[in-house]
Amino acid sequence: MPVFWLAGIVVALSIAGFAMGRARAFQSSGGDARVLHSLPFYAGALVAMSACLPALIVLVLLMVLGSSPLIISIATIGAALIGIALSFPRISRDFRARNAVEAGVRGLLIAAASIAILTTIGIVLSLIFNTVEFFKLYPFTEFFFGTEWAPSFGGGSTLGILPLIWGTLYISLIALLVAVPVGLFAAVYLSEYASRPVRSVIKPLLEVLAGIPTIVYGLFALLTVGPFLVSIFGPNGPTAAISENGWMHAGTAVMTAGLVMGIMLIPFVSSLSDDIINAVPQSLRDGSYGIGATKSETIKQVILPAALPGIVGAVLLAASRAIGETMIVVLGAGAAARLSLNPFEAMTTVTAKIVSQLTGDADFSSPEALVAFALAMTLFVITLCLNVFALWIVRKYREQYE
Amino acid sequence: MSDATHPAAHKSPARSLHQLDARTKRRNASERRFKVMGIVAIGIGLAFLVLLLSTIVINGSTAFQQTFIKVPVYLDPAKLDKSGNRDPDDLKKATTFTYAPLVQNGLLEVVQKAGFGSELSKSDMKNLISASAASQVRDRVLADPSLIGKTVDFEIFASSRVDGYLKGRVHRDEIALDKNISVAQLDLVDSLRKDGALHKGFNWTFIFGADASDSRAEQAGIGIAMLGSFYMMLVVLVLALPIGVAASIYLEEFAKKNRFTDLIEVNISNLAAVPSIVFGILGLAAFIQFAHLPQSAPLVGGLVLTLMTLPTIIISTRAALKAVPPSIRDAALGVGASKMQSVFHHVLPLAMPGILTGTIIGLAQALGETAPLLLIGMVGYVATNTPEGFWDGFVSPNSAMPAQIYEWAKRADPAFYERAWGGIIILLIFLLGMNLIAIILRRKFERRW
Repeated sequence: MPVFWLAGIVVALSIAGFAMGRARAFQSSGGDARVLHSLPFYAGALVAMSACLPALIVLVLLMVLGSSPLIISIATIGAALIGIALSFPRISRDFRARNAVEAGVRGLLIAAASIAILTTIGIVLSLIFNTVEFFKLYPFTEFFFGTEWAPSFGGGSTLGILPLIWGTLYISLIALLVAVPVGLFAAVYLSEYASRPVRSVIKPLLEVLAGIPTIVYGLFALLTVGPFLVSIFGPNGPTAAISENGWMHAGTAVMTAGLVMGIMLIPFVSSLSDDIINAVPQSLRDGSYGIGATKSETIKQVILPAALPGIVGAVLLAASRAIGETMIVVLGAGAAARLSLNPFEAMTTVTAKIVSQLTGDADFSSPEALVAFALAMTLFVITLCLNVFALWIVRKYREQYE
Repeated sequence: MSDATHPAAHKSPARSLHQLDARTKRRNASERRFKVMGIVAIGIGLAFLVLLLSTIVINGSTAFQQTFIKVPVYLDPAKLDKSGNRDPDDLKKATTFTYAPLVQNGLLEVVQKAGFGSELSKSDMKNLISASAASQVRDRVLADPSLIGKTVDFEIFASSRVDGYLKGRVHRDEIALDKNISVAQLDLVDSLRKDGALHKGFNWTFIFGADASDSRAEQAGIGIAMLGSFYMMLVVLVLALPIGVAASIYLEEFAKKNRFTDLIEVNISNLAAVPSIVFGILGLAAFIQFAHLPQSAPLVGGLVLTLMTLPTIIISTRAALKAVPPSIRDAALGVGASKMQSVFHHVLPLAMPGILTGTIIGLAQALGETAPLLLIGMVGYVATNTPEGFWDGFVSPNSAMPAQIYEWAKRADPAFYERAWGGIIILLIFLLGMNLIAIILRRKFERRW
């Protein structure tokens, strides 16, 4: 591994630079370190930093650009040596080495903080480039308004997004129908009725549901909930009496994925709403009790209306989670893209299709693979809008009572 | 003061205050109903939790048990070591095809001892043991050539059907269409079991072994994928902790309120809510298509998970830094420390327990994440090879625990479902351990000012 050796050489040069810089600072003080502006440590650190930072930047840049190993090695070691050569002579008795080092460290801190921006730029760029490629091969309008999804890796696919969006929204709706009432009532009970010890036990227990990886929920949907629902709504269940063959024919269905996703979202809704309900000022409650309202009347007529914007924000955040969720739908919802109203039928979602289009053997330049980027772009835009809107509502609501 | 009295005061009250009127009764009933609904909601949540956990334990615990058949195999020197010098390079020339007949002879002996044999053909017996039996024997001989020429008892994996029969997954009345097992074979299994040649034991291979191909469910293990996860977590820890801490220090201690800072803050809070699959797309486009890093490598997986975990770590680190009271900073500045020194020498050490807690929780989240790994090629890949050396582990193709579980869940043979549940138990044990460490750290070192 030449890269490891190169990194090793740079580290060795930095250590040597540190020793040299420190020694020179000592020397310039004439044996009394107290006359120096900065501690000798800072002089050493400055030389070491000037050796390794430029070298590492050069190394990473050239590697990403794909230069030959020889050029990379020469340029990297050269950068380290130049760094030492430039910084070493500056060290003297009155040189403010600490200020220089701190400026450098500050630069590093800013760079670390900028990684969040870089990640977003990376996401947007990689989505846009490939989406543009896709729309060169496949018409824009047919993608957004097509009602059929039938990819074939031999070419000649129909790639309309509407059935996928419908599947995504339908599953998310069922998930929210499970999670919002349960989560909201749980939050109300925990914040208004439960005693402190009960609350301190129940709340972490509910949050365990949020800590379980989604692959576990996916397997639960596929192997437990799916077969269970088939046994009730399937050909051998009670619904077979109403319609021939029952309502449900396979374990993977909108209902299966929606139910399980709802379970996953319960703690998400409950802990967000709990925070929001707790932020409603006590004076509103006291006022309500004072004019003779019962606890439930206070909650229904005072607290919930006051907390409503925040709760809407929480529900929107949960919806964005549901729309972006992958593993549960990949395992639990089925693979067929359908525009149907029957919740017991298999449907598929945007995320599930991103996975299936990119894990096949398709060529990366074919429309069948590139469509995944267009799907991801759509997903990214939808969730981003939901998140920004929800966070704005929540923040605005918080400010109202602060 | 007024002498006027309410006209009704002279009459005795129509009813006692202790007797509720209809309206009060209705209001109280609605109060009770509301409270009950809250309890029901919590009950539903907890019931799901119990259901989920018990399903996992019931379905997964059998993966840790495995059926073995004790087979005495005569390691014939004439076949395994033709040159007779026990040279390891020569021994390697004998493939599993050479070993397979030896194992079968041994099995035949066992079957005849149990009083069967005539009515079952050799290929029938092949279905009793795992297809991996020959390589199991070969590996042991290569490790210890002195065994050649002796008759050695091997604990060989029973096939997944036999294993399933003993665990109650395969039933006699359901196997009519199954090519891989017959009623006669199950009779044989029953009598072998009585003899003690066939028994269940703890399945170490499942925990430490490699994944196996579709037809060898009994041999599949999660060990290699565990190694892959370990390498990914190493990458995440080495990158996300320093970067996350540095970013938080900048935002919390140095950043001025300006456009740039706002931009970073908005980005972080949005990245925390971006669907994980989108990070997978980023990894595919940026690290594999653009930077040409190897596909399926834990290094790439680690990089993607780092970007995904950073917002979590930054948010918790900022909370930990914020919890250190300003008086600490003021005192440091007062005795002549620079701003940078006050942060690195005083604030950061005090915030460390909080930072570590947040990091461990972030790591636990990353450990269970599956969706982005699917896109960078960590599935559809049978993880069978142990990486050669420490550095190779970062770049050689591997799987990861959640990706391996997904892989098993997709396979057709129900024997793999048991493995998937078992894998989940192992994954959850890791997560539980990490969260416990985080809780202990918090309890032990958290300071309240």
